[in-house]
Amino acid sequence: MVTEAAVDTVIGLEIHVQLGTASKMFCGCAVAFAAPPNTLICPVCLGLPGALPVVNRRALALGLRTAVALGCRIAPESRFHRKNYYYPDLPKNYQISQYQYMDHPPLGVDGWLEFTVEGTPRAVRIRRVHLEEDTGKLLHVERGGAVTHSRIDYNRSGVPLMEVVTQPDLRSPAEAREFLIALRALLQYLEVSPVRMEEGMLRVDANLSLRRADGTLGTRTEVKNMNSLRAVERALAFEAARQAEVLGGGGRVVQETRHWDERRQVTFPSRTKEEAQDYRYFPEPDLVPMAVGEAEVARVRETLPELPAQKRARYVSLGLSASDADLIVRQPRLAAFFEEALAAYPQARVLANWVTGDVAGILNAEGKEIDDVALRPAVLVGLLRLIDVGVISGRIAKDLLPELTLQGGDPAALVAARGLEQISDAADLEQLIELILAANPEPVAEFRRGKEKALVFLVGQVMKETRGRANPELVNRLLRERLRG
Amino acid sequence: MTPALLPVSELLGQLRRRTLTPSDLLEAYLQRIERFDGSVRAYLHVAAEAARAEARRWDDRYARGDDLPPLAGLPIAVKDLICTRGVATTCGSRILEGWRPPYDATVIARLRQAGAILLGKTNLDEFAMGSSTENSGFGPTRNPWDQARVPGGSSGGSAAAVAAGLAPWALGTDTGGSIRQPASLCGIVGLKPTYGRVSRYGLVAYGSSLDQIGPLTRTVRDAALLLQVLAGWDPLDSTAASLPVPDYQAALEGGVRGMRIGLAREGMGEGLQPGVRAAVEQAAARLRELGADLVEVTLPTIAYALPTYYLVATAEASSNLARYDGVRHGLRVEVPDVVEMFSRTRAAGFGPEVKRRIMLGTYALSAGFYEAFYLKAQRARTLVHRDFDAAFAQVDLVLLPTSPTVAFRLGERVDDPLQMYLADIFTIPVNLAGLPGISVPCGFADGLPVGLQLIGRPFDEATVLRAAHAYEQATEWHRRTPPLEGAAA
Repeated sequence: MVTEAAVDTVIGLEIHVQLGTASKMFCGCAVAFAAPPNTLICPVCLGLPGALPVVNRRALALGLRTAVALGCRIAPESRFHRKNYYYPDLPKNYQISQYQYMDHPPLGVDGWLEFTVEGTPRAVRIRRVHLEEDTGKLLHVERGGAVTHSRIDYNRSGVPLMEVVTQPDLRSPAEAREFLIALRALLQYLEVSPVRMEEGMLRVDANLSLRRADGTLGTRTEVKNMNSLRAVERALAFEAARQAEVLGGGGRVVQETRHWDERRQVTFPSRTKEEAQDYRYFPEPDLVPMAVGEAEVARVRETLPELPAQKRARYVSLGLSASDADLIVRQPRLAAFFEEALAAYPQARVLANWVTGDVAGILNAEGKEIDDVALRPAVLVGLLRLIDVGVISGRIAKDLLPELTLQGGDPAALVAARGLEQISDAADLEQLIELILAANPEPVAEFRRGKEKALVFLVGQVMKETRGRANPELVNRLLRERLRG
Repeated sequence: MTPALLPVSELLGQLRRRTLTPSDLLEAYLQRIERFDGSVRAYLHVAAEAARAEARRWDDRYARGDDLPPLAGLPIAVKDLICTRGVATTCGSRILEGWRPPYDATVIARLRQAGAILLGKTNLDEFAMGSSTENSGFGPTRNPWDQARVPGGSSGGSAAAVAAGLAPWALGTDTGGSIRQPASLCGIVGLKPTYGRVSRYGLVAYGSSLDQIGPLTRTVRDAALLLQVLAGWDPLDSTAASLPVPDYQAALEGGVRGMRIGLAREGMGEGLQPGVRAAVEQAAARLRELGADLVEVTLPTIAYALPTYYLVATAEASSNLARYDGVRHGLRVEVPDVVEMFSRTRAAGFGPEVKRRIMLGTYALSAGFYEAFYLKAQRARTLVHRDFDAAFAQVDLVLLPTSPTVAFRLGERVDDPLQMYLADIFTIPVNLAGLPGISVPCGFADGLPVGLQLIGRPFDEATVLRAAHAYEQATEWHRRTPPLEGAAA
């Protein structure tokens, strides 16, 4: 309930992306999800006395690729810094990160990302892109409802993270969600990260405040612990409503960090003391500055894959509707499927209709993604070709698609085995048509009185009797000839 | 004469000629440790049994006439700030008591590869913070020349061990003079290599941008021999330089004729003990007689080196030492609350000097003070660099005393940190500029050793070693040994 006092929601995001590297940010330990605790550790990621970090070049390359794709200015010499704070999941009690400070810029600054919200193009400015290391994980052991002790798993300690920070350019929770979908797609196209949300590869913190009618910005709160896109949208919607209610009631929003409670669907203030943290950032003396020359930036730019905006434009130029193009572009795996099918079946618009219509419908109903099902591009193309050459009707194709999608198979063989070939021989249909006409005198009379719609009913009856196998155009033609004749 | 007081270059000859076996050599040190270390207390841990087993293996290989690595069967003492796999590494601190690193420092791995035997871990000022070894959490080391006096620090255990013939040579670490100053006070050779010449991997950090590992030896030739094994690029240390390592033995030859040596005016001013001044002036004169070209140079900003160092080093230390929190290793004071555990563990485990430096460094990095302290110190550090750059435009080496005084009495400065900090006034600028520096014995004052410091261009250890070797060959100071037998009797 946004009151008159507040006219606008202002949202900025801080996104942590786990980079898709085989090894950790500063040591050679493998990165793997759900490995037995403390099996992927070494003196470096355990912060043992005497151990030293060494930058993972692959992580640096992936960070650079992202910063370039986001149109950032690339720092010719960027440094790592130490962010000092005490926490048991942080083995050195400092995190190696990149701090924006005077002559030490982070990897990339001042970029932007374009995306669409319900067909309307939007752009959000990117404040910075930088690299850092992840922390370990605390596991609190409870007995009788009380925490008795905590265990620490350092497998995640030192996993490469990229932080992307936006300017407060987002204007609604839905827009925030769309932005994240676009960012996720970009990262997948760039092959910077597989962005498996369920493995925590994309973590979002948000700042949200309300702008009053007089243009002044209200106090912001920081919302954490949103573990899915849906959680981001709901948490921000809750928080916007909560702030509006506070303001509407004449209260003041307190600057604080709030956590999203997925179970209760509310944000609540975090229990930790809200004293201003002084991280005592300073340049990491164990690492030398990273020089990124203009030539390297140019090389990275040249080797970027087709970016979402370019892909969208190309699809539209091939005849796709803007909304179909969007729907495909925002799902890189679906786009890869579409591209592969397109190479074999160049009727882009027809193909897109099937992909965004029936295929997407089946995936949505099953809660699956294209890579999770058996349908391969060649199978869909095979099915569409059977329609084109008149072997089956579109109706039959639609009927077969769920089975082909979920279980796979050869469309032609399936059609043959089930006897689903289209009946395109007039002789095979004439007798049936006579029977239908005899059984439906009223529609016949209506059509003869000029009511075109009655014909649709008669065609439908023929299709029904042939279980969809009759060629509908042929039935149409035969019916007309018979009734006029 | 016991082999324990011979330089390594001679011991290696005897081992190769098989007039000495690794086991006999090892036993000579173990016997002396047994006899003298109860009072000198150079060692925190003597790895006698493991060393004996290794020595026996080398005995066999020498006997078989195998092709052997360069330091086969030769013991070495290691400052207890350097990680040794499976062997307790305390850093002189109660907070790490009982911790056994699961890995070897790169220098230890290189030494093992070269055939060296780990003899033991030597005492130090806690986390290398100090100039007398009195800040050790396990009690002070005594100077073998006068056991009422300090051996210097922080590598005091290593220096005393070599001086007293309790080890043929030793590894030290130098952040502000911690190799050179104790070498000077104990009458031996101490070399701090250029920052980046030797890998720091496995060296427990104090001031990461200043720390370097280096040799403490009986002769300059031994320092060259040991540096040869230690030096070189390491993929595990990003700050280790990927430069070729010259042949340091070959570099010893050639003398100082025609070499330009800068006598830094600032080194001969106030605060210098008269006996130290006399010894250093005589050393300079000796170098001139040997054919060096002595010119006066000026290093005006080294007056700011001490405060600069105590901001940079402590800032880094405040962060480096944050990991000692009771969670993963060493001491833990068990209390239910984790934050309470951090503070109680650190309060119990760290000594007063370490706490002082952590607080100083924390302050220097704090919001609102960062620019006034840390950043300003970084700028001052740049100025010190430039002073040396300007000097090296004129000369090949810069000459300074290593320490303004000879060894002071135990307890004399423990209550006066500022007085203690002055012990490193001539060594600290060299760390700030990242340069190589050596201390060689150059005389005695009041019966106590005096050291001469020679400082070179970045990565030019060769010239430093050559001049130090030429000086050493022309003098007898390095042949004197401390009056240990008398003291022990």
